Amino acid sequence: MIFKIDNLRTKCIVGGLIPLLWLSIDIAFDNLGANPIYALHVRLGDWSLRFLCLTLAITPIQTMTNWRGMADYRQLFGMYAFFYATLHVLAYLVIDHALVWHMIGIDIIESPYIWFGVLAYIIVFLLALTSSKWAKKRMGKSWKKLHRFIYLAAIAAVIHYFWQLKGNLAEPLFYAIMVFLLLVFRILVWVKNRQLNKAMAPTARRVLTLAEEQSEIPETIHKQH
Amino acid sequence: MIIKTKKDIPASEITDPLVFNNRRKIIKAILAGAVTGIGISPVSAANNSIAWPDLPRGDGSAGLLTPTPAELVKNYTNYYEFAFNKQDSARLAQNLRTDSWTIEIGGEVENPGIYYLEDVLRQQTLQEYIYRFRCVEGWSMVVPWVGFPLSCLLKFVKPLSGALFVKFTAVHQPEVMPKQRRNAMLEWPYVEGLRMDEAMHPLTILAVGMYGSILPKQNGAPLRLVVPWKYGFKSIKAVVKIELVRRPPVTSWCQFAPHEYGFYSNVNPAVAHPRWSQSSERQLGSGFFTPRRKTELFNGYGEQVASLYRDMDLRHFF
Repeated sequence: MIFKIDNLRTKCIVGGLIPLLWLSIDIAFDNLGANPIYALHVRLGDWSLRFLCLTLAITPIQTMTNWRGMADYRQLFGMYAFFYATLHVLAYLVIDHALVWHMIGIDIIESPYIWFGVLAYIIVFLLALTSSKWAKKRMGKSWKKLHRFIYLAAIAAVIHYFWQLKGNLAEPLFYAIMVFLLLVFRILVWVKNRQLNKAMAPTARRVLTLAEEQSEIPETIHKQH
Repeated sequence: MIIKTKKDIPASEITDPLVFNNRRKIIKAILAGAVTGIGISPVSAANNSIAWPDLPRGDGSAGLLTPTPAELVKNYTNYYEFAFNKQDSARLAQNLRTDSWTIEIGGEVENPGIYYLEDVLRQQTLQEYIYRFRCVEGWSMVVPWVGFPLSCLLKFVKPLSGALFVKFTAVHQPEVMPKQRRNAMLEWPYVEGLRMDEAMHPLTILAVGMYGSILPKQNGAPLRLVVPWKYGFKSIKAVVKIELVRRPPVTSWCQFAPHEYGFYSNVNPAVAHPRWSQSSERQLGSGFFTPRRKTELFNGYGEQVASLYRDMDLRHFF
């Protein structure tokens, strides 16, 4: 069983590099069309967004299928989203702008669509930085709070995609719908849990009072509650 | 409105035989193109014979510009009537029917009518114009167009005093244009406009060819406008109607998003699009690690056209 999971993990790691290999082949054979630099931006951005969506999909899949132990994959796909986002940023800075900083500066200041890209990248960067198990343990509750920002990153990334197009919004619509559905799923789960908590609260209180009366619960548990 | 066709040509305008023969070649080339469908997808140069090998250079056409490789120009063009992406546009545009093309000229003119393109070309002297072309999307190219000044056509139909603007309308062929059929995005047919002095400017041309050959369909065959100091979408393709009007026409992109695409749409690095900078452009054909080109005011044609906009706030009239 363990071997099997490891095997899948290896497949995922290798699989995540296929888009890069594919892109490299297209660059080598000049297959990126008349404006290869723009095509490169779109390809890298697309893959980053795809991995981001995949990362977001893990929890819903887990909830629906009761398949445990997928947290590792969530981290892996998240890292690939970061990896392709980093290549996307580097391509912009080095390949497109050849590190001419004053032009990069003007471009970023004057382009609101890039602001959303920058926001998404900063978030994904911070999440990648704190993605290790060690960081998760050390950060405790704030880790979860920080990592919820992945939704903001996804929304910002989709806006970033939408806003650089002249008028046609059909292409990034797919991602917008994906992110929307994933977000709706999380909200539904959250609402359901809240209702459950509310419904359970009086019962829980009664149990606690009862237990207190019987002095069977030590002080510490009471405090924690 | 009186619609006249096949107008009599005054003796003063009869062409000398040398030029005439040259034009027969043009017309043959255009007809051949209409029959065979120039450039089958992916658009290739294979069946584009050179129609005009050595045309004289038109006014204001800088000799220093090196044209972008033709293959790039043929494969990187927006044509929203066909598709919202450039690959499908170039492929689907091959379905356009360009045979027996007519241009309706009307409005505030002395000689309104519907003219065959063939007859219009008989009146005009074709020249080569090597212009920069800057798309509002932030890329640019250099194209050697074959065409004639719009002013020559307008002078021929004799504008009246009420002609303050020119409205151009593109072809409506919903049976071959999927986005027109579905009424997608813009109001169809596509409409563009110029102020009269912009239309009469010697840099403003109507093009029938590029790279010495007739225009590929995806690049605006059989007749398109080229206004080199404005963003590319002003240079309307496949023109079927030219009207001289009193009021500024409602142009397609301006109607779709008035705060993003103005009537003037002059290339201006200082006026950003609301969503992106216009300070630089990616030149087609330039390689990786090559910096973007700094966009110039009026796309580098300021010397010739800046006077048209004297005392105008270009930020307001974007």
